[in-house]
Amino acid sequence: MTAERKHMPVEKIATGISSFDIIAKGGLPRNRTTLISGTAGSGKTIFAVQFLGAGIEQGTPAVFVTCEESATDIRKNMLSFGWDLEKWEADGKLAFVDASPDPMTETVEAGSFDLGALLARVQHAVRKVKAERVAVDSLGAVFSQFSDQSIVRSELFRIASALKAMNVTAVLTAERTDDYGPIARFGVEEFIADNVMILRNVLEDESRRRTIEILKFRGCDHQKGEYPFTIVPEGGVIVIPLSAMHLSMKSSNVRISSGNQSLDEMCGGGLFRDSVTLVSGATGTGKTLTVTQFLQGGASNGERCLLLAFEESRDQLVRNASGWGFDFDRMERDGQLRVVCDYPDVSGLEDWLVIIQAAIRDFKPHRVALDSLSALEHVGSPKAFREFVIGLTSFVKHQEITTLFTSTTENLMGGDSITATHISTLTDSIILLRYVEMFGEMKRGLTVLKMRGSAHDKAIREFTIDKGGMRMGRPFRNVTGILAGAPVHVSPGDLERVWAEADADPERKRKQRQT
Amino acid sequence: MTLMRPTRRRRYIPGGALSKYLLRLFVTGASSRTGTAIANLRRICEQELEGQYDLEIIDVLQFPELAEDEKILATPTLIKSLPLPLRRVIGDLSDKEKVLLGLEVHLERSGDAGNAGAAQ
Repeated sequence: MTAERKHMPVEKIATGISSFDIIAKGGLPRNRTTLISGTAGSGKTIFAVQFLGAGIEQGTPAVFVTCEESATDIRKNMLSFGWDLEKWEADGKLAFVDASPDPMTETVEAGSFDLGALLARVQHAVRKVKAERVAVDSLGAVFSQFSDQSIVRSELFRIASALKAMNVTAVLTAERTDDYGPIARFGVEEFIADNVMILRNVLEDESRRRTIEILKFRGCDHQKGEYPFTIVPEGGVIVIPLSAMHLSMKSSNVRISSGNQSLDEMCGGGLFRDSVTLVSGATGTGKTLTVTQFLQGGASNGERCLLLAFEESRDQLVRNASGWGFDFDRMERDGQLRVVCDYPDVSGLEDWLVIIQAAIRDFKPHRVALDSLSALEHVGSPKAFREFVIGLTSFVKHQEITTLFTSTTENLMGGDSITATHISTLTDSIILLRYVEMFGEMKRGLTVLKMRGSAHDKAIREFTIDKGGMRMGRPFRNVTGILAGAPVHVSPGDLERVWAEADADPERKRKQRQT
Repeated sequence: MTLMRPTRRRRYIPGGALSKYLLRLFVTGASSRTGTAIANLRRICEQELEGQYDLEIIDVLQFPELAEDEKILATPTLIKSLPLPLRRVIGDLSDKEKVLLGLEVHLERSGDAGNAGAAQ
């Protein structure tokens, strides 16, 4: 057995927690013990139960050793995630070893002891249900039941090695006092297990951010670093594996209409099917209109559209649309539009990502519009926000969905928004909407700043908004400094001279060389 | 409630043979610790509870489900089920003072236990 193992790479078992298996590069090492360490409330017990549950659903029996909460409490608490432990027990797929302290019984220590009874019970339970997965929750709770810590320490070592001998894949949880400190409270837990994972629940800018990190997998590979995750009812732990998201992105050459013919022309014939477009502009420049047109363009083409609205109420959106001649109510009735409308602050960014992904999976839209990213920006830290955008863009690209994000710039005139600078590299196309002050009048300008994989109109065009929506006009030919927020009117004579020099110069030089 | 009555009953125990000590000792296999614990317990019982006890020794390797029922983690574990209240003592029982304290024998006949301890 040992000789064989030397030549064989460590095999992994897919936990069944799909998003976790990605960062674990296949799952947990088979027949090894993995320590899950985390502060109070970091989700250790949930992860442990989910690990067992995912196995049970694949037909792999499991044993849960609870040393902290009573089995009754665990059964009750886990029901809220949709895991019916009692049913699993009745089906003979799960056995509990209840090692939680009994507050009613006084215990006195008189002499040296071992944890032979606990080990015998675990072995008995494993044999009884033919378990292949075991969870021990938590090691720290075993320590706190006895005063002689050195005995507990050596006994836990013995139990861990016994678990390996039983050919089970085990997760052991441990508490830590600090999200960035010693791995676990008693300082020995990490040596008991082969592998170490850390769950964190950090308070960042008044919001909680959960991350999971695989610290070590003895003898095999895993993704490094912290990955955000969230815990949702009816699902448990959902890891958001950022690095895995860039793997297989397709790129489409099919063009679709933005809902506005002139804008399509500026984009060189329309937006690409699986592209992500960012529309950036100050308040009132026409972002929501661009979104509305985009949705209408999809609906009139028989496509399903999903609108994620975080700025305006549903009624307001419908009213706006009807003001421009679009009937959202009818589109919804026809099943071509679904509106998800809520306050951004009701959930964390990780939760929003999960909610949005669920909505997309459910509705299977061809187009998704999110109005606006800026509203979500303040829900979490800049890092969490960036991860959200990465997570969402890669998700929609996988589904070949055309996506439109809006972001609000802080300054009325020109200027960059934090959102835009953060995420501009993640988007395929960027459309800027700007106010242009000319001769005591506010005009609106639009330009296509970036269009990945295509030529596009470089001009800044004036546009107006009326009952029919957006009307594209002529380019601002004799104005400079629009994007900088300081438009300056240039006399046509000056402009022609500048262009003439710029255009003609290389041409002339080339001709001179030829002659 | 269940705790109250036993506490009262305990007062009547010392003189009378009304109640026997019902003891169960959980051990793991025939280890040296098992041997020490059994020897220690027998000696203590004979010295302090002469004839007033029933002792059952259970090997958790053979009867893990009994250990499961009693939620036992450590071996050796001594359980006193009667007289109530239920008490547990873990370890090889080498510390006689603590064993008596754990079984609440010490409280009832503190004088005797103290003398016995001193005599040894």
